[in-house]
Amino acid sequence: MPHGESYEPRNRFTAWMDARLPLLRVMHESFLTYPTPRNLNYWWTFGGILTFCLAVQMITGIILAMHYVPHADLAFESVQHIMRDVNYGWLIRYVHACGASMFFLAAYIHMFRSLYYGSYKPPREMLWILGVVIIFLMIVTAFLGYVLVWGQMSFWAATVITNLLGAFPLIGEAVKEWLWGGFAVGNATLNRFFSLHYLLPFVIVGMVALHIWALHIPGNNNPQGIDVRQGKDTVPFHPYYTVKDLFAVSLFALLFSYFVFYDPEALGHPDNSIKANPLQTPPHIVPEWYLLPFYAILRAVPSKLGGVLIMFASIGILFFLPWLDRAKTRSARYRPLFRQFFFLFVIACLGLGYLGAQTPEGAHLILARILTFYYFAHFLIVLPLLSVIEKPLPVPKSINAPVLKGAGAAAQ
Amino acid sequence: MSDMSDSIHPDMERRDFLYVATGAVGAVGAAFAVWPLIDQMNPDKSVLALASSQIDISPIAVGQSITVKWRGKPVFIRHRTPKEIAEAEKTPLSDLRDPEKDQDRVKKAEWLIMVGICTHLGCVPLGQRGDYDGWFCPCHGSHYDTSGRIRKGPAPKNLAIPPYAFLNQTLLKIG
Ligand code: HEM
Ligand code: FES
Repeated sequence: MPHGESYEPRNRFTAWMDARLPLLRVMHESFLTYPTPRNLNYWWTFGGILTFCLAVQMITGIILAMHYVPHADLAFESVQHIMRDVNYGWLIRYVHACGASMFFLAAYIHMFRSLYYGSYKPPREMLWILGVVIIFLMIVTAFLGYVLVWGQMSFWAATVITNLLGAFPLIGEAVKEWLWGGFAVGNATLNRFFSLHYLLPFVIVGMVALHIWALHIPGNNNPQGIDVRQGKDTVPFHPYYTVKDLFAVSLFALLFSYFVFYDPEALGHPDNSIKANPLQTPPHIVPEWYLLPFYAILRAVPSKLGGVLIMFASIGILFFLPWLDRAKTRSARYRPLFRQFFFLFVIACLGLGYLGAQTPEGAHLILARILTFYYFAHFLIVLPLLSVIEKPLPVPKSINAPVLKGAGAAAQ
Repeated sequence: MSDMSDSIHPDMERRDFLYVATGAVGAVGAAFAVWPLIDQMNPDKSVLALASSQIDISPIAVGQSITVKWRGKPVFIRHRTPKEIAEAEKTPLSDLRDPEKDQDRVKKAEWLIMVGICTHLGCVPLGQRGDYDGWFCPCHGSHYDTSGRIRKGPAPKNLAIPPYAFLNQTLLKIG
């Protein structure tokens, strides 16, 4: 790993600081001179976009918490109060609510990017594992946040999801009541969910810091999936990628603004504008779109405990990915078979997302079962098999060769 | 070598023991200190105090049901029709996923009292619907019969029967 030019303190104060707390040095070397492969494409801008999303959620969330009341009798009204009375409350809430969707959109693209280019392979296993931890924390955080609105969907999502824990034999019931602080989802539940919804984003920030640390040790992967060999293979992060990332964030903000300003309820569910009623379940409970694939997997299994375990396994299996796919070649560009199976896998995930919103009956149920099987087969059968039978295409000798000798000269 | 084990080893073993013992005492102490931090989340005294409710059932005509709240959960009180009772009683146990006789689920055949929470994932089933004239859960499609027993769908168990007593002809106490 070649190092960028190192930090030189410019004046006596920064020199004094550098000898005591080299914060500027760390920042400088991590975000300015950090050597980055010169061939990164736009799929690599989603890391920056995700950082932007996290900041947006935290800023708007902390503001919402200034006006929100975490009490079963008042929560729903306080959200309406934010929407109607608080200056720009509508804006801040819609940015937070749409922001969660945008956050997941970016995270899923970022993950598929890693799958496609083999970014989970050695030496980036820890980077990948931390990413899986982050997506798991994001799911929990978004679920907790959705409950805070205390509409019908909030309440019944909370009920269904906490009841999943009741599937565990012996301890299930006790764990459920412990989580609820009562005998059903109620005020105690809402209050603690607020506390945890406030806490977890900060844990995510910590995990993101580790994630970036784990990135900066081996350095970025790149579309060719080959190692950086010489100085010519890299450019300093600033200004090359700071500017590119900012440009991508701007485009992303355009899409984000479309939802916030023109269709803020598009991604939500109308039933959540009805206050929670513990005595009546809405006719059709669905989670937010970003959780639909997991919901489809849960319901594909005819046993309650089985469904819960398989659903957790669908995320858990990602931790083992670096050891399931043992192929040496990283990028799908040079793995013709893997490339096709990658797209099949994307289609399976989208299909599960679609099925998660349907009633699990008849053809829908059968399809959900097939796709659930395929989801796991991709990791447990397809990838291990491909690592053995696939014959990869020759990879370029270096990152700079195809870039510097005219675009697309060597294998693309 | 033998020299070492003779002179140093006995002492080392004593130290190891002390380390382990200290660690064990520390771990037990930490567990005691953590318990209040965990137990605070369990249902508190004010929640436990709401543990029973009394209901006047005289206005509920045959074929009607009401839903009341007990410990934050919905409880169905159904005044069953003779047809429903007959259906529930004649169902052979071999047809049931969670076999229970109708007689064991009621104190008076015309009054069916049960917790209105689907044993799958906790939704409130809709009354007098589904393939068995009982309850149907819209969330993932569980069907319950006129005795609240699970017949079809993902739920594993019959709708639960809360503790209850008829205080007199018209007054019902749940809990
Ligand atoms: C990882 C970052 C975060 C995610 C993914 C997230 C997600 C969500 C979601 C999905 C909702 C429901 C929005 C709706 O339908 O209205 C919500 C609500 C809420 N969140 Fe967050 N959130 C995050 C960070 C935060 C932070 C740091 C706070 C600070 C306390 C916060 C405070 C709130 C409050 C008070 C609400 C309820 C008001 C509302 O409905 O808009 N959130 N959050
Ligand atoms: S909660 Fe009733 S069927 Fe799932």
